[in-house]
Amino acid sequence: MTVSTAPLLSASGLAILRGERVLFRGIGLKLLPGEAIVLRGANGAGKTTLLRMLAGLTRPEAGEIARPAPHHWIGHKEGIKPQETPCSHLALWAKAWGSSANIPEILEKMALTRAADVPGRYLSAGQRRRTAFARLLLEDRPLWLLDEPYTALDAAGKTLLDQVISGHLRTNGAIIASMHDTAGFPVTTEVTL
Amino acid sequence: MWSAFANPHKFLKFSAVAAPLFYGAGALCILWGLWQGLWIVPKDEYQGGDIMRVMFIHVPAAWLAMASYSALAVASFVWFIWRHELADIAAKAIAPLGAVWTALCLATGAIWGKPTWGTWWQWDDARMMSVLFLLFLFLGYMALRASMDSRQKAARAGAILAMVGAINVPLIKFSVDLFTSLHQPASVITADGPKMAAVYLTPLLISGLGHGLLFGGLVMTHMRTEIRQRRIARLTAQALEG
Amino acid sequence: MNAAPIWAAFRQAFAEAWAGGAGALLPLGFLGGAAVLVPLGIGTESSILRAVGPGIIWVALALSSLVTLERIFQADAEDGTLDLWLQTGAPMAAIAAAKTLAHWLAAGLPLALASPLLALMFQAQASLDLIAHLGLYALGSLAFFFWGGVGAALSATVRRGGLLISIIALPLYVPTAIFGALAMTGGIGSDGAPMLLAASTLFACAVAPYAMAAALRLAAD
Repeated sequence: MTVSTAPLLSASGLAILRGERVLFRGIGLKLLPGEAIVLRGANGAGKTTLLRMLAGLTRPEAGEIARPAPHHWIGHKEGIKPQETPCSHLALWAKAWGSSANIPEILEKMALTRAADVPGRYLSAGQRRRTAFARLLLEDRPLWLLDEPYTALDAAGKTLLDQVISGHLRTNGAIIASMHDTAGFPVTTEVTL
Repeated sequence: MWSAFANPHKFLKFSAVAAPLFYGAGALCILWGLWQGLWIVPKDEYQGGDIMRVMFIHVPAAWLAMASYSALAVASFVWFIWRHELADIAAKAIAPLGAVWTALCLATGAIWGKPTWGTWWQWDDARMMSVLFLLFLFLGYMALRASMDSRQKAARAGAILAMVGAINVPLIKFSVDLFTSLHQPASVITADGPKMAAVYLTPLLISGLGHGLLFGGLVMTHMRTEIRQRRIARLTAQALEG
Repeated sequence: MNAAPIWAAFRQAFAEAWAGGAGALLPLGFLGGAAVLVPLGIGTESSILRAVGPGIIWVALALSSLVTLERIFQADAEDGTLDLWLQTGAPMAAIAAAKTLAHWLAAGLPLALASPLLALMFQAQASLDLIAHLGLYALGSLAFFFWGGVGAALSATVRRGGLLISIIALPLYVPTAIFGALAMTGGIGSDGAPMLLAASTLFACAVAPYAMAAALRLAAD
């Protein structure tokens, strides 16, 4: 990845209404390569909404978002169909994104080799999370948006994820993650909603 | 962010004067039209005798049914392009009123149809069919809005559906006309204005104007209520936030 | 335009339709069940059955499209797949169209293919007309799926969305039902009704994907 100092994402003056309630307003962010921003806030503060807004899924009531770099999105819901296995899920998205990544290698890295051919409806919550995170490795994209990444992961899973994220940050990637726990990777900024 | 409320404010001022005027003028027109229609104009034996006098409600209702769906489509389009909140408020107000006039048109049509055709419902009358599908479009629109969990989503979903409906209306109309023309209709209602004797036309037009004014007044009142309800919700939310 | 995401969406939807609802068997069972109830309800008089047969098949096609469509976007909204499709960079209208087409292939087309069998049960004369009718059913059901898809996309986040889909889609099904029935009563090739059916289906395929895309962006919002 080429080293540059142009922001991978910048946002200013973001505001959102939920019903008639102002969930937040005047939120601004700037994310440079190699940086990690962690969003904090109580349940219902709008962390997920802000992340979805940054990903372009939710339309802000006001404000601007510039996202010049391609991004990965890992939401609360993993996006795995009941009939999909981790292997076929990754194969599908590799096709959709035009990636030629080595899927068995990625499965092994995420410790999913044994579950590789288990259909989604039989996967445990942690296995589903790992499968979703495996998508991060399918294609090299500088910006990762992660919604509560630690949810449902066991200790080994958390360590694994921390390694993946730290590696991404070292290679000038950047992440924004909403979290309740202490992060196991170097955090640049914390934003409290 | 709150700038959109400058215009609703103006609307409240305008409609405070306009709505009562619409009600008054509408009532005068409707009463005059009914008086003319029920007592003054001669009955037409070919159209079922005295029962044809229901025309003075039926035909304005049909006009209003079509006009109100057009208004709904225009308001939805305006909202979709410019995100003007007042347009959404108008669309929300128009739908149930349009449905009422559409149902009124169907009901009076059936009442007129029973003595003249010998049946409450004539499948091969293109107008009855078209109006029925118009009623479905209104009901679908209202059901969709009601099932959305915030006013912003209701506005977006409603606008999409109203526009899809509007571009389908000509096709529905054309297909229904084709369907009925092949079934040799024995249509007795010839309420197309110009073909009609002037003795009927004037009261009919005045009645139509009256229904239009009443509809306009009701839409304004609904919109005023909606604007205030949204304002209350907003103030409540602000108060809760401290 | 990058076609890879569109093709992937098509394959995923097709696999899902096949896995989730026992493939074509479930809609076929629905169609058959609905059609078989009719003679029980209106009697077994051959001439009556022959007269109502095509109409019953159209109605059953419309109903079974509604039943199948309930889950096509709702499942995506629930399991998070919708978020991923919205972020592929490919036009959402094309992805929605690909998904609808996949579901039509899995659930709509098999019904059309089964229509000659049902027509025979409704005392139709065995002739080449039945094959031509099959084509009309296939064409018409495609329009049903596209308009129904708009209803399905609009109600993707609505509980008991199936009822909503029906009331939204019903008026949009009217032209197809009328052109389809006309094309059959007059005999194939007469009146230009088959052309009108084709044109209205084409219209559905051209317009509905954009409405679906707008509705799906709303469902994710």
